[in-house]
Amino acid sequence: MTEKKLAIIATKGTLDWAYPPFILASTASALGYDTEIFFTFYGLQLLKKDLTLQVSPLGNPGMPMPMPVPVLLQALPGMQSMMTMMMKQKMKSKGVASVEELRELCVEAEVRLVACQMTVDLFEFDTKDFIDGIEYGGAATFFEFAGQSDICLYI
Amino acid sequence: MADFDRELDASGLNCPLPILRAKKTLADMESGQVLHIIATDPGSVKDFEAFAKQTGNELMSSGEEGGKFTFMMKKS
Repeated sequence: MTEKKLAIIATKGTLDWAYPPFILASTASALGYDTEIFFTFYGLQLLKKDLTLQVSPLGNPGMPMPMPVPVLLQALPGMQSMMTMMMKQKMKSKGVASVEELRELCVEAEVRLVACQMTVDLFEFDTKDFIDGIEYGGAATFFEFAGQSDICLYI
Repeated sequence: MADFDRELDASGLNCPLPILRAKKTLADMESGQVLHIIATDPGSVKDFEAFAKQTGNELMSSGEEGGKFTFMMKKS
């Protein structure tokens, strides 16, 4: 079987959007894909050693709520951390893996994790805050792999 | 006598964990050995078919018993 390639760009830094890149990358690796994730802009949050990812109901009318909450109330202090806590509890009760666990599985499966150097500089991130074993590169680095990929996803 | 070599209980785990655990367990097995998998995720039925098709491991049988899904997979 010839090895297929999957290239993913991860651009979002919220708890909910952390799942698609790590779920797809880990699964693709299990299926024998050579996989790379390029983290850019807010997606760089997914590479932090200490993940403090949150979900926000604001601007997200599709988020299922246990009870209807008016938009202005969703903006109150503490709402975001409460929603995040509830989401994490829900995921745990349903046997959904944590982001940390999925990321660890990706690392174990040798998924290539590339951080966008430009956004690291732009946001003045300290690379010591990122997990070990990641690479740094730019758009050309991404295309070196993505140009040969069978599937390319922008998340 | 058990008609499998290894068993994986993925009960309570959700997508994609049953597949990832199965892949990991298969990696420690030898070609021709059979893995018995138990899962509760209804999505795992289609997923294990797709996993077998793409990895070349043979899904010998699958079934459902009291809300649990079981699979027999032979390592390629």
